[in-house]
This record gives sequence, structure tokens and C-alpha cells, in this order.
Amino acid sequence: MRGLRLILAVFLLAFALPAVAVQPDEVLRDPALEARARALSEIVRCPVCQGENIDDSNASIARDLRLLIRERLTKGDSDDQVIAYLTDRYGDFILFRPRLSGPNLILWGAGPVLLLVALLGAFLYIRRRSSAGPPAVEAPLTREEQERLAALTSGPPME
Amino acid sequence: MTELGHFSLALALAIAILQATIPLVGAQTGRRRWMEFGTPLALAQFVAIAVSFAALMHAFITSDFSLRVVVQNSHSMKPMLYKIAGVWGNHEGSMLLWVLILAAFGAALALFGQGLPVPLKARALAVQALIGVAFLAFILFTSNPFDRLAVPPFDGRDLNPLLQDPGLAFHPPFLYFGYVGLSMSYSFAIAALIGGRVDAAWARWVRPWTLAAWIFLTIGIAMGSWWAYYELGWGGFWFWDPVENASFMPWLLAAALLHSAIVVEKREALKSWTILLAILAFGFSLIGTFIVRSGVITSVHAFANDPERGVFILGILALLIGGGLTLFAIRAPGMQARGVFGVVSRESALVVNNILLAVAAFVVFIGTLWPLFAELAFNDKISVGAPFFDRAFTPFFVILALVLPFGAILPWKRGKLRTAARPLLGAGALAVALGALAFAMQTGRSALGPVGMALGAWLVLGAMTDLWLRAGGTPARLTRLPRSDWGKAAAHAGLGIVIIGVSGVMAWTVEDIRTVKVGESFPLGQYEVTLDGVANARGANYSTRMATMTVREAGAVVAVLHPEKRFYPVQSMPTTEAAIQQGLFRDIYLTLGDHQDDGGWAVRSYVKPFTNWIWAGSLLMGFGGLLSLSDRRLRIGAAARRVPAAQAAE
Repeated sequence: MRGLRLILAVFLLAFALPAVAVQPDEVLRDPALEARARALSEIVRCPVCQGENIDDSNASIARDLRLLIRERLTKGDSDDQVIAYLTDRYGDFILFRPRLSGPNLILWGAGPVLLLVALLGAFLYIRRRSSAGPPAVEAPLTREEQERLAALTSGPPME
Repeated sequence: MTELGHFSLALALAIAILQATIPLVGAQTGRRRWMEFGTPLALAQFVAIAVSFAALMHAFITSDFSLRVVVQNSHSMKPMLYKIAGVWGNHEGSMLLWVLILAAFGAALALFGQGLPVPLKARALAVQALIGVAFLAFILFTSNPFDRLAVPPFDGRDLNPLLQDPGLAFHPPFLYFGYVGLSMSYSFAIAALIGGRVDAAWARWVRPWTLAAWIFLTIGIAMGSWWAYYELGWGGFWFWDPVENASFMPWLLAAALLHSAIVVEKREALKSWTILLAILAFGFSLIGTFIVRSGVITSVHAFANDPERGVFILGILALLIGGGLTLFAIRAPGMQARGVFGVVSRESALVVNNILLAVAAFVVFIGTLWPLFAELAFNDKISVGAPFFDRAFTPFFVILALVLPFGAILPWKRGKLRTAARPLLGAGALAVALGALAFAMQTGRSALGPVGMALGAWLVLGAMTDLWLRAGGTPARLTRLPRSDWGKAAAHAGLGIVIIGVSGVMAWTVEDIRTVKVGESFPLGQYEVTLDGVANARGANYSTRMATMTVREAGAVVAVLHPEKRFYPVQSMPTTEAAIQQGLFRDIYLTLGDHQDDGGWAVRSYVKPFTNWIWAGSLLMGFGGLLSLSDRRLRIGAAARRVPAAQAAE
């Protein structure tokens, strides 16, 4: 179901409009500028789609945003200025790469911090295991196990 | 038929309730007959659900349009294969498939678990049935596939014609076997917690189930990714979409669980951690179900925006995960590790493996849920997408790939880093050389490609070195190695091949977007592509505009490809059909766009290097798992007989 629903949804969204995402008439002549525009449009979310960036989206607003980015870049804006221009109008929601500030620091920091904590914990655990002897007393057999043991040892040999 | 199916489903719920209680009470009070009653109940539950599923399938095959799900998802003229696939191509039917697989695993345990200690088996069956009770109730109360329509229409609304793809018909069941297979690890973990005993034998019983689930997940995920690649028209293979993440998190944790269970089995250490992983791995399967079914995280995929179902699943989630973790907190401190090992040892390496996989899964988890959390806690509306995951997730797999070959050849108990590293010198040198070669040959200055090539080669060569060492450097002994050795090497090499594929295609894809007139040519990487013509044609149930494009390399024809734009009149839906010429080292990928005002055609073309390595590597991983699973040691019956001998040997 998950897969099929995935497929259904992708299809409906991807093909709701017949165009392929980036149209030839959008492409800038300057390859360096175009590459920057493509890189930017990969981190900008299409505001009306579900989880698509404007580079892949066929929605008309995505096309408008792609053209807007190219317009700003042609006018000499830096990447950061273009991003600022977009977030001023649409909020941080439009960025697929959350900023490294405020509460998002938790998001970005969670992985590395957890890794360090886990490695420390593992180190302490391994050090303890490397110096520990085996537990002094083996767990005694349960009644069930004693019954099985008795059955196995008294019965005919297996196979 | 339909009423029988409905009745059978209710009957299954009743049986599941009995199965969840009687064997458990029996195990707690030491009544053997009660414990053994779990076996026939598990079989009966499976039969009841199978009858119910068969009834639903019958309704789809005979196009019984008095059923709501059939009307919404089928059509009398649909090909048979897709009528059948339509059974699980919708929410209700897919949940029924979910419980069918759950009951199938329960029945398999009942049938093949004869060597298990009776109380362990009884408890595991009871827990398995408890999950069944929760989901059967979910189906009957919120998503009943047997709901009737008062006034049946003459025909159905059809399944989206685009979904009528053989690959897609089998992708969901594969993923399901994976998700639901992890329920076995969960049931065994809870059973062990109730019984208070985790030992080598326990790990040996849990591993085959986890391995099977992991294989299904691997293949299922690869199928989905392959479908996205050839069908979506821009050659993407992974989007870090919440629904994809929902399948990836259990995969990562199942991989971790496979490895930690080895430590429990061989060395009687990491016991409580392994139990925790088993609970979490299935927990993430449930969270995945919640993410998809509730629509709480709007994604490309989330269709089922239905709060009532969401709340119900959240309840199941709280019960199974919360209950499992509570039990864990009470019982885990009592578990004693016995194995003693040094800082440099296989055990330590597997601990590192587990940390990396678990932290990577956590990063995917927090990234997936962060938008929800940020909105609830800070009232921030933000997005987390591929650019985050690419940066935050990748480092863990880079580290994992770096240490994996060392860890794989370290001896148990106590090893020396220098002794372990020496045999890998050749593999390391060769891998670095390959990376350097890739760096010299590429046009840009990307680090991704060369590093990916080097890491991938390091894993593949490391796996070969591992096999060579296991065989003691004697080629004749290679064939006599246990299958699990080959399985391990194949799975590790498969990971390396996937890394080569992913980094190659991400770093070196050549893309071209332009308007082309018929007869014109344009360069694409080292190729020249000519648009020979565009013709209208008629397919079985669609009309199509099909281009003929010739790809030449240095004047010689490499391929003649036919990208299409199709139109399906029944659902009035246009689709893009990419034309792909697959190759070992690169795919040529062409798509046709709209007709332009100047008389030309919009054309998107790509050269995508190493794409097929992604799926070849995934298959190899799955195959490695299969080899391991077929090892005599892991056979369910054999395990039980061999346990006493194995323990005596240690």
C-alpha cells in the first residue's frame, strides 16, 4: 500500500500538468549562472506541492519561482541574497535545507551529538567487558529445563 | 463470498484474542497444554485471514461493484494481473494484506518452531497475536474492506492506468513482508523479556526471521527506487520523502539487529541492546505505518489524510512500542552479559556498526519528524528535504564504509589492529588508486565521485580479502566455506556497489534541456543525439506521441530510442515515458516534452553513470542475505538440534 500510494501520489502530482519540470526557455545562456540557478532550485520547495522542490515540480508557481531565481541571479544577486529574497516572501517553509540557527540547531546537531554520546557509552561498556570476568554464578536451570534435560537424557538417543 | 470474508475476518479477531491470552497465561502458570494451544490457534488465525483475503480477491476478480473498495479501485475491463494487484492497491486491502502476512509469520512460527522451548514459543505466539488483535480491530472498526454500497454502480472508477505496471504490482507485498517480518523479532524480544532469559539459542532463533525481513525490505526498497527512476521522467532514484524514509528506518535498524544478534549468539554480550533494537526495528515499521496512514506529515505520498485512522494507529503505536519499552526498562537490568572481549575485537567492531546504523536511522527519524515537531513546539513552519539528509546522513555511511572491512576480519574476543590491517593493505591501496584515477579522469573537481568510487572499491575488495582469509589463502577451500561466509561477503560487497552507483550518478550526471526541431542534432556528453521524427500512435488504451531519436558516439550508432508522451483518455491523464538505453557504466536517458511554439520539441536528456550499480548492488545485498539464510546453521529446525553441541563447544 505504501508503495502503491507512493506511486499514485507521485503520478498524480507529477502528471497533473503535462510539462517536464525545467523548460528549455527557462535555461540561462551563461552556464555558470544556470548551474547556480539549478543548485538553488533544488533546495527551494514548491509552495503548493507536497514535498517537491521547484526543480522537479510542474506547478506553475514553481516555474515562476525558477524564473524569479534566474532573474535575481542575472541582476547580480548572490545565492544568499536570492535565498533571503525568497524567505522574506514565503518564510523558511520554502527552504528544504533548514537554516543552521535557532531550534534547527537541535536538528542538525542531533546526529553528531548522539554519535559522540553513543561512542562514549560504547567505550565505557567495552572497557568494562574487557576487564570483567564471567559472572560467578551461572543461572540455575528452570523447572522446565530440568524436565527437558531429564527427558533428553533418559529417552532413546536422538537420530 | 463477501459475507464469508467479512465473517472470517471477525472470526480471526476472536481467534487472535484467544491466541494472545491462553498461551501467555499458560506460560506464566506453567500449564503445558495451554501453552501448546497457541500452535493450532496461530494456524486457525492464518486460515481465517486467508479466507477473508481470498474473498476480497474474489470480489476484485469478479468485479463485485457492491463493494466500495472495488468500485473505487477497479474496473471491469482491467487486465487480470491488475485486478489482483488492485486488492492491495488501496488502504483497506493493503491493511488486510498486512495482517495476512502477520498471521503467516505467526503460522510459520507455529509450524517450524518445534525445537523452541515451549514457553518461549507460547509467549512469542501470544505477542504476535496481540499485534494481530490491534490491527484486526483497526481494520474492522476503521477500514473495513467489506463495506457495501447501498446502490452499486455499473462499473468501477478504475485504478490509475499508470499504476498498471508489473513491477509495481509486487513492490508493496515485498515491502510488507519486510515490515511485518520484523514483528517476529519484536515478538521474540517481548517473549524473552517476559521469560527473563536471553541467550545464544534465543539469538539463533531470532536471526533467520530478522534476516528474512531485511532481505524483503532490501528488495522492496530497491524495486521502488528502480520504478521511480524509469517511470518519473527525471531519473531520480531516491527523494528522501517521508514515505521512503518510513521504509528506510526499519531497514537500517534491521541491519543493526542482524549484526548485534550475532554478538549475542556467539559471545553472549549486547543482550539488552539487541532486545531494544528488536523492539525499535518493529516500532519503526509501525511508525512508518502511522506516517503513511495518518497523513500527519504531508508528503508526495500521503493520501490517507484520515484523522480517525491516525489516532487509532497512534494508539496501537503507544501500546506496542510504549509497552515494549516499559517491559524492557523493568527487565533489561537483570540481563547479564557473559562474553569478555577486548577493545580491539569483532565484538567492538559490531558495536561500532550498531552505533553508526542506529544513529543514521535516528537522523532519518528526526529529519522526517522535525517539521511536525518544529510546528508543534516552536510554531515554525519549516521544511526538511533531500539537501538536509544528503549532508546529515551521508557522513555516517562514509564512516561505516571506512571501518567495515577492518571490523569484518577482526577476530572475536581480542585482536590486534596491526595484524588485522595488514591483509587489507592491498585492498586499501587499490581503492585509493581507483579514487585517484576517478579524480584525474573527471571533468569537474567534485569530491563525491572519487570518494564514492574509492569507498565502494574498498568495500568490494575488503569483502574479497575477507573471503580469501577465511579460506586460509587456498583457492580450493573457497568453495567449502560455509554459505554464511559467502553471504556476508556478498552483502558487504553489495553495499560497496550501491555506494559506487549512488555517488557516480550523483556526481557525474550530464543533463541537457533544450528545444530541438525534427532533423536537428545536439551534443550530450560524449554522444550526439538526433531527433529523427515524432509520430502519433495508438496503444492498447492510450494515444501516444512517440519520438525517434538516434544516439551516436563518434559517428557510430549507439542506440535508437523512443521516448513518449502518452495520454490515457479513461482517466484523462498524460504521462511521460522515458526511453533508457541501459549500460554497465552509464544509462542514456531521454524524455520528450511539449511541442514548442517555434515548431521544435522540448527534450530533456541525461547521461547517468553507474545507475544500474545501485540496483545490482541492492540485489547482491539481498542475495547475500539469502545465502546466509540458507546456511545450515540458521535453518530453524537445525538450530534447535545444534544448540546444545554449539554451547558445549564454547
